[in-house]
Amino acid sequence: MTIDMRDLGRIGFTEDQATLLDLATDFCLRRSPISTVRRLMEDEMGHDPAIWQEMGELGWLGVAIPEAFGGSGLSLAEVVPLVEQMGRRLMAGPFVSTTLAAQAILVAGTEDQRRTVLPRIAEGVPASLALAEAEGNWDLEAVTCLAKAAGPGRLTLSGTKVLVGDAHVAQWFVVSVLYEGHPALVLVPASALPDGAMRREGIIDETRRAFRLCLDGVDLPDSALMDPALAQTGLRHLHLAGNLLGAAEMVGGTQACVDYTIDYLKTRTQFGKLIGSYQAVKHPTVEAYVAYEQARSHLYSAAHCFAEQGTGEIATRMAKAQADAAYSFAADRAIQFHGGFGFTWDCDAQLYRRGAIWHAAQYGDGAYHKRKLVSLLF
Amino acid sequence: MSEVDPKDFAAYAEGADAWFRENVVRDPGFMLPLTFMEVGTDRQFDFLRDWQNRVYEAGYLGAAWPKAYGGGGLPQAFQNEANRAMRRHHGPIMLNAIGLNWTGPLLLDLGSEAHRQKHLKGILSAEDIWCQGFSEPENGSDLGNAQTRAVRDGDDYVVNGSKIWTTLGRFAKYMILLARTDTTAPKKYDGLSFILTPMTVPGVETVPIRKLTGEHGFTQTFFTDARIPAEGLVGVEGGGWKVAMRTLEYERGARGGQAGGHVAMGTNAFDVVNLASRMSRAGAPLLEDPLMADRMIEFMMEIQSLALCSQRTQVPALIADRPSGIPLSSKLMSTEMTRRLNAFAIRLTGQSGAYYVDEPGAVDNGIWARAYLNSFSATIGGGTSQIQANIVGEHVLGLPKS
Ligand SMILES: Cc1cc2nc3c(=O)[nH]c(=O)nc-3n(C[C@H](O)[C@H](O)[C@H](O)COP(=O)(O)OP(=O)(O)OC[C@H]3O[C@@H](n4cnc5c(N)ncnc54)[C@H](O)[C@@H]3O)c2cc1C
Repeated sequence: MTIDMRDLGRIGFTEDQATLLDLATDFCLRRSPISTVRRLMEDEMGHDPAIWQEMGELGWLGVAIPEAFGGSGLSLAEVVPLVEQMGRRLMAGPFVSTTLAAQAILVAGTEDQRRTVLPRIAEGVPASLALAEAEGNWDLEAVTCLAKAAGPGRLTLSGTKVLVGDAHVAQWFVVSVLYEGHPALVLVPASALPDGAMRREGIIDETRRAFRLCLDGVDLPDSALMDPALAQTGLRHLHLAGNLLGAAEMVGGTQACVDYTIDYLKTRTQFGKLIGSYQAVKHPTVEAYVAYEQARSHLYSAAHCFAEQGTGEIATRMAKAQADAAYSFAADRAIQFHGGFGFTWDCDAQLYRRGAIWHAAQYGDGAYHKRKLVSLLF
Repeated sequence: MSEVDPKDFAAYAEGADAWFRENVVRDPGFMLPLTFMEVGTDRQFDFLRDWQNRVYEAGYLGAAWPKAYGGGGLPQAFQNEANRAMRRHHGPIMLNAIGLNWTGPLLLDLGSEAHRQKHLKGILSAEDIWCQGFSEPENGSDLGNAQTRAVRDGDDYVVNGSKIWTTLGRFAKYMILLARTDTTAPKKYDGLSFILTPMTVPGVETVPIRKLTGEHGFTQTFFTDARIPAEGLVGVEGGGWKVAMRTLEYERGARGGQAGGHVAMGTNAFDVVNLASRMSRAGAPLLEDPLMADRMIEFMMEIQSLALCSQRTQVPALIADRPSGIPLSSKLMSTEMTRRLNAFAIRLTGQSGAYYVDEPGAVDNGIWARAYLNSFSATIGGGTSQIQANIVGEHVLGLPKS
């Protein structure tokens, strides 16, 4: 057993990460107060286009896009603090969908696709991913939607994608399909989708927008096919990147949830004492806080080691699994420790709990990642 | 001080690695304690005292303490490197933990020049073993209520009362004593003083206490009109509570400056993985049981998170929201994890879990059961986990006092 030789990851933090963390902490606090979050939940669009535009102007959409394609040439390690702070403020919008779509194009797109689409994304044009199917397999290579040659130079698609984030605003979709019997990726412009192809889904986290996407009859030039030789690499990269950014949102959310609970424990009085003085309430809150610190440590290790062969995958899976455990526990206890108010729509505890459930369902929950770690480590 | 010449550093690191590779004795022919709280027999004591002395003489203990007090006068990075080499080669524990890790840094911090001159070198060389007299039979978690009396009489304090759970009490030459010098102070904390106390004077008596493992570890210490020189007072009379709290920060690892080396062998997740890989159930390797494998992965994640949390404390921007959060919760996190991990390890051994140390059927000579039982020393000693949770809740999260 050579396990003790395995590098499970380590903390590293760049100047750029520090700068972006500062900026994002301030920006998200100001632009996404809870009143805005709740207003946008009721809004069909679900996010504020003016804020989205600001993010584009700040260059946040291009952080992990190479300079040659209009980005700033950093990596996902620098995106993590941005997403963490968005998660902390439950900030709505297509930032993660768009960032992941750009990653897919960067890793598995053709040169032409990179040159035409990445600079647009870097400027702030939203894009998304259509990967999940009704079957619900977190292994992204298990695809049933089809792309078939349809006459010279054309492709047609069939099948249905689910839980497609921000489809109502995305201008491009990176879609996983089977092509000639193998998983492949196709870059579909929104303009190629027939009327009625999209239906908004009822999802547990109402700060988000997700759609069912029917691909039947989508007709494309075969230049829409991404590099088939890179499809598998691309899907693996998306799986890990999706988990990394998911963990970042969750860690931010966990922090906010713990803070929200602590505030209540310091103001609510029962039996003549602040409820935070009762250990039956205090100690689980400490447990939630400690789990949060552990999750954040895993997150920044995963961010730092993400690009490393082997270690990147281990650290990312650990980060997502720990984020799932920490967020679920903190938000579950947050509901309980708010008493009757915790059972209401108006209490923010439900927002955090719903967010945690949403994220567990995306790209794999804690149990799934632990199972994967078993095969990686034992 | 903080400038490290890479060449000197590399040479030192290489020297440390070679020295520990050559000098570590892993099996002296009798059971070695896993922590400083488990030292029970004279054989164990003599072996560990000699070991600490040799590490010190070789320059791998107290390397970062000032030269004037017997230290090496080197930057902390050197000692850290020596610590890593010591662990890498499975060096036995450092015996004089209370001196090296608590009393020493405390004296460098709050002690007088005379205290430092008198005590630091003996702490490093293991010539002077130290113990801690805080807990009393009636006052443990509520340490501020300690009642052992110290009454000033000329150049001495006359001490009466009893301390308990005194680790290394039987071997110690000195004690850090928390005693009540004023019974009339309106606040109980203000009546306490912190005194460096010789254990070898008339009127100080130690009685061994048998531990849950069946061995003898700590003692009860009785004071009967013992005359303790007042020069041992640290800080001011009546200011002992603050000094004791500072001591606990060193003890719990919330503050740095320790002489170095490890005082507990610690349980390594990889050792438990290794154990699991050797075990089987109904003919199948145990790690093929998904429930066991899932638990094992959780422990690996948890242990990794502790290492990462400690690395994170070196990055101020990543702990800005609650800078004291990780340092103040590290004892709680690590001791509770160790306790649960050892309990899990016993489960892994299946039916053999029924055997204890030295029985041929016991897996790894029963080390897992022994380690589990001993793991409570850390979840109780140094402030119980429940008290640690109060500390984190109140001092880190700002929750109201219980
Ligand atoms: C192996 C070992 C070595 C030790 N070595 C030393 C030593 O060298 N020197 C020394 O001075 N002491 C030493 N101790 C003593 C140790 O510090 C005390 O045992 C400890 O502080 C608890 O005090 P107690 O034993 O009086 O338990 P109590 O304080 O009576 O606690 C009993 C239980 O009540 C809980 N409890 C108490 N108060 C609260 C509260 N406010 N909120 C929630 N729960 C509470 C505790 O967590 C515990 O579970 C050692 C202990 C052990 C086990």
